Amino acid sequence: MSTPLETATHPEHLRRVCIEPLTRVEGHGKVTLLLDEHDQVQQARLHIVEFRGFERFIQGRPFWELPVTVQRLCGICPVSHHLAAAKACDRLVGAPALSPTAEKVRRLMHFGQVLQSHALHFFHLSSPDLLFGPDDHPAHRNIVGVIQDEPELARRGVLLRRYGQEVIRVCAGKRIHGSGAIPGGVNKALDNADRELLAADIAQVIDWAEDAVALMQGLFAAGGDAYRRFASVPANSLSLVRPDGALELYDGGLRARDPDGEPIFDHASDQDYADLLQEQVKPWSYMKFPFIAALGPAAGWYRVGPLARVNNCDFIDTPRAEAARRTFAAAGQGRPVQAVLATHWARLIELLHCAEAIARLLADPDLTGDDLLREGTPARAGIGVIEAPRGTLFHHYEIDADGLVTRANLIVSTTSNNQAMNAAIRRVAQDELDGHVLTEGLLNRVEVAIRAYDPCLSCATHALGQMPLALTLTRADGTVLDLLRRDADGGIRRAPPGSGGAMANARP
Amino acid sequence: MSNEQAQSTFTLDGRRIPFEPGQTIMDAALAAGVYIPHLCHKPGYAPHGSCRVCVVRADGRELSACTAPAAADMSVESEVPDIRALRVAVLQMLFAEGNHVCPACEASGNCTLQAVAYHCGMLTPRFPQRFPRRAVDASHPDVILDHNRCILCELCVRASRDHDGKRVFAVSGRGIASKLIVDAPSGQLGDTDFSADDAAARVCPVGAILPRDAAFRAPIGRRRFDVAPVSRVGDVTPDPDAQWPAVDALEEVTA
Repeated sequence: MSTPLETATHPEHLRRVCIEPLTRVEGHGKVTLLLDEHDQVQQARLHIVEFRGFERFIQGRPFWELPVTVQRLCGICPVSHHLAAAKACDRLVGAPALSPTAEKVRRLMHFGQVLQSHALHFFHLSSPDLLFGPDDHPAHRNIVGVIQDEPELARRGVLLRRYGQEVIRVCAGKRIHGSGAIPGGVNKALDNADRELLAADIAQVIDWAEDAVALMQGLFAAGGDAYRRFASVPANSLSLVRPDGALELYDGGLRARDPDGEPIFDHASDQDYADLLQEQVKPWSYMKFPFIAALGPAAGWYRVGPLARVNNCDFIDTPRAEAARRTFAAAGQGRPVQAVLATHWARLIELLHCAEAIARLLADPDLTGDDLLREGTPARAGIGVIEAPRGTLFHHYEIDADGLVTRANLIVSTTSNNQAMNAAIRRVAQDELDGHVLTEGLLNRVEVAIRAYDPCLSCATHALGQMPLALTLTRADGTVLDLLRRDADGGIRRAPPGSGGAMANARP
Repeated sequence: MSNEQAQSTFTLDGRRIPFEPGQTIMDAALAAGVYIPHLCHKPGYAPHGSCRVCVVRADGRELSACTAPAAADMSVESEVPDIRALRVAVLQMLFAEGNHVCPACEASGNCTLQAVAYHCGMLTPRFPQRFPRRAVDASHPDVILDHNRCILCELCVRASRDHDGKRVFAVSGRGIASKLIVDAPSGQLGDTDFSADDAAARVCPVGAILPRDAAFRAPIGRRRFDVAPVSRVGDVTPDPDAQWPAVDALEEVTA
């Protein structure tokens, strides 16, 4: 199975353009493009280094280490892996239903996680593109530019993320890579001091979150057709939903809908994920391509994450986020919103929901209870599914009689979005690159499309939004025609033809 | 000893430490509330002298404090730069020899190896990791044995032999091939008469012998060495009036 622009018929006659490295969580990715003599794109592919190593090296380890070990997959959303693994371990110790205290502490941790991750993504990573435009000077198109031009907005972004990190610290002991969730429950509840600490700022956090939704809603409206069309591809949507159809981030049934919003499956048990989804391997990528089994690989690829979740749910059970969702849904005119840039809008609606949900939980007396752990009949296999900030996350473990891991299967959100991101960059390549000379602005448009799905790719933690990229134009015989490189400091250099790749400064 | 003047003393980093005949430098120091870093030593257990972390300089010679008898008017140096450097090197070798992955280890925060490394100021690896392939023995219903983290201190060997009367554990092989073995033809802990109630089940200073179903139960902030550094709780006699509080590298690093 190959989709348009995935595989060129005669690649040997085409020029190869390689954008490398894209960066991921702590790994690398690249985009390759093949162009014909008229600069028309014939092939576009996103390649990403996968997380396969973890599945192998946790084999032979005691299962109770999983929530702490596997969260090291990610430094931005470790809580998602921590909780997905803990949910799988709950099944291994025969405790799929937790005590009210344990479930609420975990939910609080998760809301804090989604809040901080969404704040990081929007304010630190994507707002420069959205506020200043993709062609803004790269020296300015970054978080420092936001701090200079919009200091109050930048300050709120930093403080929103900080609040989410504090929620995580209170629940898990550390802001990053803590140990709160254990098989069958949690290792501590909140105390009153924790609760008061978090309650002091939550009203402000909700107000700021609502302002951020309004900002993005305004940008989307002002962007007009260009915003709606950019990198847009109709996709199936997959997410968890609550039994009553509400947006659900921690535990629920699986819902898949087609690009018109018609159901593919609904309220399916997350324990049946392996029957619902299959993974396809392609010779050109280390990353698998998951698809909805009933539809097959050609039509069954799907999108996960904020856009899929907000499209998929029937409502959000916190009032301000629900009001925002209704405005969002109206933009789809009765169909799921397919604009990739609307992902940012959906993301901020979720951020607002998390803030409201945290406020509600902080008033819940169960949060300071002392009933922390449950256990039941042990099992030899456990599946845990959660909505990570970037989308549905599947953890599946099997153990031997001694409790040592024999097999693990993880489907991370970015894997689920593999085809969707490939489709998005193909749309960008077609719309923005065909027939044009390479420019820095083009590079950034590819990034903007990818960033909407996964901020891990933007190299943010290392280079403040300046993803190091290199574009190489090569003749079929291997001669380098053109080479553009953007360094981590944002500087653009061009190697003129015949220079053997030696760099000279070029205008961005 | 009929009067105070008759009690013998030695000096440890300039402080006079009283001792009874037969006491080691380590025994006398710990009794006086002065911490000397150690891993294979434990009060109540036969001195072993194998880990070498308790190295001190006594009258100009480097000795292990846990096996060297105290002598009157001996001058002992412990918390001085070159001795601390020796300890750090020993610790760096221990970390390179096994698979000590603190971020994923359930003993983190309760681990004496980790606490001593913090105390001694070991901040980085130094030697190439050996990454040995070692097994996890989870055959026992109540206790797991993770050979990846064993530092061959033989505290479990001594506990089982001298306190439990069982001889469940022994060290087999020589040099770098040395390994902890258990007393069962299958080589599996589950086939020995080992019990979770044994002293040997609670003596491991690292994460090699651990009870099942206890992992990560202690929240971060309430683990053993979260509450107090090893220099205060590492077998030291509590001495709130100590004039020479041990220099604690952890506090320096995290301050």
